[in-house]
Amino acid sequence: MEELVIVGNGMAGVACLEQILSHAPKFNITVFGDETHANYNRILLSSVLAGERSADDITINSIDWYQRNNIGLRLGVRVSDIDPVERIVRGDDRSITQYDKLLLATGSNPFLPPISGLDKENVYTFRNLDDTRAILQAAAPGVKAVVIGGGLLGLEAARGLQARGCEVTVVHLLETLMNLQLDMTGGSYLQQKMEHLGVRVLTSRVTQRLLGNGKVEGLEFANGELLEADLVVIAAGIRPNAELGRKAGVTVNRGIVVNDHMETSDPRVFAVGECVEHRGQVYGLVAPLLEQGKVLAATITGNKGPKFEGWKPAAKLKVMGVDVFSAGEVEETPDTNAVRYEDPALGVYKKLIIRENRLTGVVLVGDASDSGRYVEWLRTNADLLVRRKSLLFPEPVPDHGQSVAEIPDGETVCGCMGVTKGTIINAIHEKGIRTLAQLKECTRASAGCGSCTNTCQQLLKAVAPEFEEETKKVLCGCLPFTQENLREIIHTQKLKSVQDVLDIYGNGVGCEICKPALSYLVDVVWCGEHAEDRSARFINDRVHANIQRDGTFSVVPRMRGGVTSPAELRRIADVAEKYKVKMVKVTGSQRIDLLGVNKADLPAIWAELGMPSGQAYTKGVRMVKTCVGTEFCRFGVQDAVHTGIELERRLENLYTPHKTKMGVTGCPRNCAEVTVKDIGLVGQEGSWQVVVGGAAGKHVRKADLLITVETTEDALNAAMLFFQYYRENANYLERTYDFVERLGIEKVRKETVYAAEKQKKALLRRLQKSKALSRDAWLERTRPVHPTQFVQIQPMEAYIQ
Amino acid sequence: MSWIRITNAENIPLREGRSVRLGDDEIAIFNLGDRYVAVDNSCPHRGGPLCDGIVSGDTVVCPLHGWKISLETGAVLKPDVCVKVGTYPVTVEDGIIRVQYSKKKEEKAA
Repeated sequence: MEELVIVGNGMAGVACLEQILSHAPKFNITVFGDETHANYNRILLSSVLAGERSADDITINSIDWYQRNNIGLRLGVRVSDIDPVERIVRGDDRSITQYDKLLLATGSNPFLPPISGLDKENVYTFRNLDDTRAILQAAAPGVKAVVIGGGLLGLEAARGLQARGCEVTVVHLLETLMNLQLDMTGGSYLQQKMEHLGVRVLTSRVTQRLLGNGKVEGLEFANGELLEADLVVIAAGIRPNAELGRKAGVTVNRGIVVNDHMETSDPRVFAVGECVEHRGQVYGLVAPLLEQGKVLAATITGNKGPKFEGWKPAAKLKVMGVDVFSAGEVEETPDTNAVRYEDPALGVYKKLIIRENRLTGVVLVGDASDSGRYVEWLRTNADLLVRRKSLLFPEPVPDHGQSVAEIPDGETVCGCMGVTKGTIINAIHEKGIRTLAQLKECTRASAGCGSCTNTCQQLLKAVAPEFEEETKKVLCGCLPFTQENLREIIHTQKLKSVQDVLDIYGNGVGCEICKPALSYLVDVVWCGEHAEDRSARFINDRVHANIQRDGTFSVVPRMRGGVTSPAELRRIADVAEKYKVKMVKVTGSQRIDLLGVNKADLPAIWAELGMPSGQAYTKGVRMVKTCVGTEFCRFGVQDAVHTGIELERRLENLYTPHKTKMGVTGCPRNCAEVTVKDIGLVGQEGSWQVVVGGAAGKHVRKADLLITVETTEDALNAAMLFFQYYRENANYLERTYDFVERLGIEKVRKETVYAAEKQKKALLRRLQKSKALSRDAWLERTRPVHPTQFVQIQPMEAYIQ
Repeated sequence: MSWIRITNAENIPLREGRSVRLGDDEIAIFNLGDRYVAVDNSCPHRGGPLCDGIVSGDTVVCPLHGWKISLETGAVLKPDVCVKVGTYPVTVEDGIIRVQYSKKKEEKAA
């Protein structure tokens, strides 16, 4: 075994060490680290400063990890000298360690600008965990904090201090912020953003002196201007820490010089990370350093081959509320084109630098959502010729409806019902079809999920000689009224049953379309005081279970907020075994689905589960998906679980125009994915956002913000107002996302959360009335609406074949 | 051809259907208000249980994919395809439903 000594216990050194361990064992390894902490993720220091994470959270490898891998760890020991002839390193604890191979990963030092008075109290650099802790000691609400340096690190520090309540000023030497990564325009957009967020920015300021007697009290600039300060953080850049390279006798320019294999000028000495200079370039960002580590590990373990060939610089500012991204070249040159987009009011600035149809650089401020696409173009050196028109915008989604002529006759148009274009065209010609309703009736096309409705319309327009667009949205041919009219009729004529409506205003018969719709309408108009007629309901609502393709049913018990218990799980397991349930599946909504159940077994299964109906089979309150929130999650800022359970309790057992999925999440990370739910509550520090009309079904729609409120009770109230408004105004089978889009969120707000008190109270009163009359449908296990509701009839005499 | 006593008429609610197993087959009996009717309990499309469908006049709509079937003739009315399900005569005597049932539907179709 050879002796490998690693100087530096930072991210680059340890990442490289991990790579070395993944090769065949070859070394006895000793690591020197001058900090007393185990290895941690330095780029997350700003989130420790902002209070988003604790120091423990950012540990990458704990002390155990070194022990498990038989690595000698020397923490708190600074290597003071290296003797390349004797091949020894000397520690400041007077230790002497022999090496066969030496790896320098000494990182960088904060650059200290020539300012007098840097030794005053409450002046810190921002480079390591000790710095961060010291800054945190000094930071408090109302403290005047000044950050010298408007680069990536300085701005992150500024936002962190602001999160601690400090009054923050950023002082920058040059004219615009982040001048290494942004062009001038980008820098000024960023400055605006920071100022909007309440961070003061002073550019073109040369700090000359720090003032104060012992403790820092202010800054004096070269122009004579003064600035008060209780706390000063220096973030003016970094310099490679190449001192030990010089002592080891290897070539050093700005950093320790390495070739593409990460070798220095001495075959026994290697270097990685911020202390390194490769092809004249020094890197301070993490991605290239990890790549260097991989290459170095191959070289040092005798697997020389992989090369580090440089890296296009890319930087993302990771501070809340500011989207900044930069990669590659940022300034245009005579041989490049710059493609720009600017909106000063929105604070969005985008610039792409293109050379010969290939992307060579990108600057994004205010909206970095497309950065992934650009990184990919940079990485693959993609030819952008065909994309020139959509460089700054999403590429247009191909819409089949626009060019029905291109669809071959044999291609399936309606995937649900398996109807081809040819079938539709034949039907149009042969049956003289003129409307979508007729087409649906005749071929079943668009009768499933409805996502092909557009294509069907287009086909009709193109093929049918007398195409008629449906003007009035009547429910069906059985009664010639819109749903809005029907609500009115039901209300004013005091009609309480489906059959009454059909007898008086319809054809007296009804069909599979109008009967379930009317069932819903009489229920909601009379707040549950209607005459229930199960024959007008779809089978799912007759037996409170979801019919499957083989005629069996599925059973989903309610688990409020997705929370269950060992006892419930045991009962579920027992039921599943006893009734030979064909599949037990966790659903997308944090519940458990028992599939393949016979209708006749439903009442017994419900009784043995001892849990209420999850309404998974009906157009009703499905579930409230939650994250663990403040109860357990260390990032949670609101109690998502109990808020979700409360929301579910308040609304469960009620019916809605279409299924209603809800979610409550305890912080903006949105683990419960509530922005694609019908109703979602997003917990934030000290407030809730209530969002509505989200979808993740046949299309995806981000929910609209209904309102932001401070208390949980107000959030629940807003959700209830919207819920009842949707119940009373949406068409049957209209999901919230279609409903909200049809009305517009402004109208929805005006008629719910911003409505007059009287109106709001009335909405809630009707909701309460419905709620009071509702009950768990599975209680019909003991009081069926009809003696044969769940049974298969047994013939009175045997049939002999 | 034999008449089989099935069940008390009140066991089938108004405008609903119930299934009955006869040997290896299942039929669906419907209460149309003024009369009872019986058909094979299997939609010709994908075998959906017709007894669980919504009744619309003298038709039933399969709960799986919405095929509409005539309870009088057994013909599929929607979509426009040329297939049928078996239908069986029903009488009610002394409040008891009887069905005249003999053959399996495959034989009937042949």
